[in-house]
Amino acid sequence: MSELFQEAVIISILAGTLRIMTPILFAAIGELVTQRAGIWNMGVEGTMIMGAFVSYVVATQSDSLPLAILSGILSGMVMGLIIGFMTSTLRVDHFITGLGLNLLVGGLTFFWFRIYVKGGHPPTFTGLENFSIPILASIPILGEVFFNQKPLTYIAILSVPVVSYFLYRTRWGLEIRCLGENPKAIDIKGLSVALRQYIAIIIGSGMTGLGGAFLMLGFSDRFQPDLTAGKGWLAIVAIIAGKWLPKGVFAAVLVFAFLESVAVHVQIIDADIPYQIFFALPYLASIILLILLRRKTNQPARLGVPYFR
Amino acid sequence: MSGQALLETKMLTKHFPGVVANEGINFVLEEGEVHCLFGENGAGKSTLCSCLFGYYRPDGGSIEFKGEPVKFRSPRDSIRYGIGMVHQHFVLVDEFTVLENIIVGTNTEKWSLDLEASENQLKNICDEYGIDLKFNSLVRDLSVGEQQWVEILKSLYLKVEILILDEPTAVLTPEESNKLFKIMHKMGQNGISIIFISHKISEVMLADRVSVMSKGRLIDTVFPRETTPQELTNLMIGREVKLRVIEENDNEYDRSYPILSINNLKYKNKYGKFALNDISLNLYSGEILGLAGVSGNGQKELFESLSGNLNPDSGTISYEGKEIQGRSSRVFMDLGIGLIPDDRYREGLVSDFDISENIILGWQRLNDYTKGFFLNRNNIKRLAEDLIKKFNIMTPSSTVPVSHLSGGNAQKVILARELNHSNKILLANQPTRGLDLGVIEYVYNQIKLKRDEGFAVLLASEELEDLINLCDRIAIISDGEIKGIVEAKSTSIQDIGLLMAGQSETSA
Ligand SMILES: Nc1ncnc2c1ncn2[C@@H]1O[C@H](COP(=O)(O)OP(=O)(O)O)[C@@H](O)[C@H]1O
Ligand SMILES: [Mg+2]
Repeated sequence: MSELFQEAVIISILAGTLRIMTPILFAAIGELVTQRAGIWNMGVEGTMIMGAFVSYVVATQSDSLPLAILSGILSGMVMGLIIGFMTSTLRVDHFITGLGLNLLVGGLTFFWFRIYVKGGHPPTFTGLENFSIPILASIPILGEVFFNQKPLTYIAILSVPVVSYFLYRTRWGLEIRCLGENPKAIDIKGLSVALRQYIAIIIGSGMTGLGGAFLMLGFSDRFQPDLTAGKGWLAIVAIIAGKWLPKGVFAAVLVFAFLESVAVHVQIIDADIPYQIFFALPYLASIILLILLRRKTNQPARLGVPYFR
Repeated sequence: MSGQALLETKMLTKHFPGVVANEGINFVLEEGEVHCLFGENGAGKSTLCSCLFGYYRPDGGSIEFKGEPVKFRSPRDSIRYGIGMVHQHFVLVDEFTVLENIIVGTNTEKWSLDLEASENQLKNICDEYGIDLKFNSLVRDLSVGEQQWVEILKSLYLKVEILILDEPTAVLTPEESNKLFKIMHKMGQNGISIIFISHKISEVMLADRVSVMSKGRLIDTVFPRETTPQELTNLMIGREVKLRVIEENDNEYDRSYPILSINNLKYKNKYGKFALNDISLNLYSGEILGLAGVSGNGQKELFESLSGNLNPDSGTISYEGKEIQGRSSRVFMDLGIGLIPDDRYREGLVSDFDISENIILGWQRLNDYTKGFFLNRNNIKRLAEDLIKKFNIMTPSSTVPVSHLSGGNAQKVILARELNHSNKILLANQPTRGLDLGVIEYVYNQIKLKRDEGFAVLLASEELEDLINLCDRIAIISDGEIKGIVEAKSTSIQDIGLLMAGQSETSA
C-alpha cells in the first residue's frame, strides 16, 4: 500500500468515527438525562428505529430534510411520552416497558414499511450533505477529519457540554439528578416527581429520535428495518461505561464509533481477515468494558425503581 | 408561649388499608412552644405529622392555621405556611453535597443556581445556631449526626415558623442529642414553634407540653412539670406498667476460654472507609456481651463477618480456637451460630413466604425437613405450629405470609427460627428496634433464658438502659472501632455515652 493511500485511510477512519458517533451520541446523552431522572429506559433502540422510520417517510414525502429531522425528534418525544406514562404514571417495571416497546416498534415499523413501499422499490431521498467550514476545512488532515462534517455532528458534540451544564448548573438539572438518587426529596418539597420525570424522558427520547433521524438521513438513501443494528443498546452501554457522567459517556461513544469505523474500512481495503469480525468489535468492546467497570459504578441509587409515596 | 393556637387539627382522621392510623385527633400547637408527641411505635405519631406537613391527606377532620381552616394538598402548601419537617428516615441524597441537598427544589422561580448566595445565607444560619458543617462535603461522607444537621438546615433555609421533627434523637449519641435540644431552644427564642416526636421519657420531660398518643388516638395533652414519667408512661400504654428498674445481675460464668475470639478485624467498605477498624473482642459461653453504639458505626459489618456473610479484609475469627473467618455462612450455621439481622424484612425473612417456610429458611436441607428430593411439609408444619405456640406468635395459622404479621410477630418468627436451630452462639443486631414494650420484654426474656442455657450472646442495641440491665459486659463501638469494654454492673449511661461520642476509655 502506498503511503498516500495509508494516510487517506486513516483520515477516512477518523472522519468516519465522528460520523458514526453522531447518532449514538445523541441517543446516549438523551438517555443519560432520562436515567438521571431515575428511569431505566430500555426502549432506546425502539425509539431510534421510530425516529429513523418517521424521518424516512417525511423525507421521501416532503423532500425537506429539516422537516424530516424535526419529525424524527417529535416521534422520539412521543415515544418518551409513552414510556413516561408507563413508568412514571402507571409504574410498570421499567425493563419490561422498554423491552416491550422495542419489540412493538420493531414489528410496527417493519409492517408500516411494507405497506409504504407496496411491494415495489422503496422510494429514496437525498441525504444530509457535508458542510465544509470555510478556511478551517482546508487545514491538511484536521480539516478533513473535523471541519468537513454534517452540521448535526457538531450539534451532537455540542450537546455534551450543554447537557452537562443543564444537569449540573441549573436548578432543573439538580432536580432531575435528585430524582435518580432520591425522588422523595423532591416530593417533600411539594414538587411533582412525575412532571420532572416526563420532562427528562421527553428531552431524552427527543434526542434519541434525533439520533435515529441522523442514522437515516446521514448514512443512506432508503429505510431498512434493521438499520439501527444495536446502536441503541450501545448507547445504554456507553452510559454504564461512562459512569453516568456526560464526559465519560462521550468518551465511551467515541471508542465504540472508532471501532466501528475501523470495521467499515477493513471492509473497504479488503484485508485477508473476514471483515464481519471487525463489525463485532464495538459489541465485544462493550462487553469487556462492562466487565472491567463492573465494580466502580456511579449508578443513580434509585434508577429503575418506581416511586411510591 | 403565648397560648395562641398556631396550628390545630380538629377530629383529624387518617386510614391506611386495614389500619386506622389516626382517629379523631384534636391537636393544638401553640405559638412559640416546644410540643412533644409521645407514644409507642405504631401509635400514629408520624402519620399525624405527615398530615400536618401535607404529605398525607387526611380522610376526615380539618386543619386550622391561626384559626383559619386550611387544606394542605401537598407539602408545597404547608411550606407556604412556613411549616418544615425533618423525617424519621432522612430524605437526603448521598451523592449530593450538603449545599445541593439543602437547595434542591427550593428556588423554583429561577433557571440558574446561585450557589454562592445560598452558601452565604446558610453560613449565617449556621453561625447563629452554632452548627459546624462543610457545605461541599458529600452527604454520604457525613456521620449520622451531621446528616441530622443537614435535615434541620433544609427547614431553616426555608425560614420555617413551625418545625416538625420526627424522632430526631433516635440516631444521635447522647452528646448530639444534648446539642440538638440546645438548638431547639434557640429556635424557640427565634420564634419557631416546634413539634418533636420521642419515646424517650427523659427527652419528653424537656418539652413545654406533651401530647400522648396511643393506638391512633390522642389520649391527652399535659404539662411535663405537672406530671411524672410514671404517669406519662401509664397514659401511653393505657394501663399500669412498671417502669423497668435496674435489676441486680448476678450472672456468673467462666472467662478463661472464649468460645468466639475476634482479633484485629478490618474491613474497608466500597467507599474506601474502614467500616471495621481493628476490632478485637472475646465472647464467652453463658454471657451476654452488649454492643452499644449508634447504628451504622460498623455493627452491620461485624455481625455479617461473624455469621459468614462478609469476608473481612484482615484479622481472624476463631471458634474454639479454630479460625473460621471468610468461610461460607453454612460453616457458621453448622457450628451453631444464630443470627438476628437488624433489617427484619430484607435480611431476616422472605416477606412473601409463609411462617412455616420462614421458620426453616436456611435450614431446609436438614433431614427433618426433607423427604428425598422434596420438602417434608408435615414435619415443617408441625414444627411451625409448635414454635408459634412456644413463642406466642399472633397469627391465625402457620400458612400466613409473614408480610401480614405485625413487626413484633415477624421478629418472633426470626427469633423462633434462630433459637431453634442454633445451640452455641446468638448474634442479635438491634432485635427490639421498633417493637412494643411487651414484645421487647419477651425478646429480652428469651435471650436471658438462652444465656442461662449456656449460649454466648452478642447483642447490639441503641437502648443503653436495656443493655445495662441485660448484659454482663458492654463493648462500645463507634466509627468501626471498639472504644472500650465496660462491666455492665459498674457503668452508667453517661459513661457509655461519652465513649460513644468517640472518646476513648482513658480520656473519658
Ligand atoms: N404508608 C403507610 N401505609 C400503610 N400503613 C401505614 C403507612 N404509614 C403508617 N402506617 C401504619 O399506620 C400506623 C401508624 O404508623 P405511624 O404513624 O408510623 O406510627 P408512629 O410514628 O407513632 O410509630 C401503623 O400501624 C403503621 O403500620
Ligand atoms: Mg414514626
